[in-house]
Amino acid sequence: MFKRLIPHPFLSVGLVVVWLMLVNHFSLGNLLLGAVLGILVPALTGPYWPNKPSVGRPLKIIEYILVVLWDIVVANVQVALLILFKRNANLKSQWIVVPMELTSPEAITVLAGTITMTPGTVSAMLTADASEILVHCLHTDDPEGTRDDIKNRYERRLKEIFQ
Amino acid sequence: MDQIMEILVTFFLVISGIFGLVGSFGLIKLRDTMQRLHAPTKATTLGVGGVLIASMIYFFAFEDTLSFHELLITIFLLLTAPVAANFIAKTLLIEKADKIALPPSGCDAGWAIHNDPPNLANNGESRG
Repeated sequence: MFKRLIPHPFLSVGLVVVWLMLVNHFSLGNLLLGAVLGILVPALTGPYWPNKPSVGRPLKIIEYILVVLWDIVVANVQVALLILFKRNANLKSQWIVVPMELTSPEAITVLAGTITMTPGTVSAMLTADASEILVHCLHTDDPEGTRDDIKNRYERRLKEIFQ
Repeated sequence: MDQIMEILVTFFLVISGIFGLVGSFGLIKLRDTMQRLHAPTKATTLGVGGVLIASMIYFFAFEDTLSFHELLITIFLLLTAPVAANFIAKTLLIEKADKIALPPSGCDAGWAIHNDPPNLANNGESRG
């Protein structure tokens, strides 16, 4: 009964929190309205999302978010410096291919988003069987190093979160 | 105290202005579409982020209200920017498929714009 009513508990809680933040005012009425949304939205969108992702280790998630937030700040500064002080002729843009060990669609989505937001890389495409990801580097002298960075820094942590 | 808060707000506003400007400048300066994609996905994130932090500090210090809207904007921005960038990149690769040289993929399946996924029946697992 409980599982049928709330198939995705994290999504439901997230929706309630987002609703309360949207109205920016805590009251019982808002909480109830948020709860209605938190039950209705997952129920209505459930058919499009048959597999429940297994997410574990809340501490790891927080660590991942902090690492990514810090990297976003670093990435901003790096890209700004490249834009301002690097002559276009000296920019060595190139594609790199990163093989992935992640299998769940949710984990790959998070990894692709992270790659886009962090230093000098934009994720562009997957292989048809989703075993590799195509990444565009704005400037790199060391493609192998960049690839290993992505694997060690993000993929390893994501693998621990989405087992 | 007010002085410190004002300096903080100003600091974040200036930071965000600089990064917004650099991001927009990057759009003009860089050469091809894939390079130009780097400017708005990164430099501008801090540009918008700075304004939002400044706004939160301002309302907390001077209006005595804690506003969560800025936090939500940040979350939605971080969620949507990579998706939009990914769409632009993929559209570009399909449009200019004959002009852009992609590196060979290391697996049998090939890149997703050229080939279909090998096992559609396998529900969920190993699907992009």
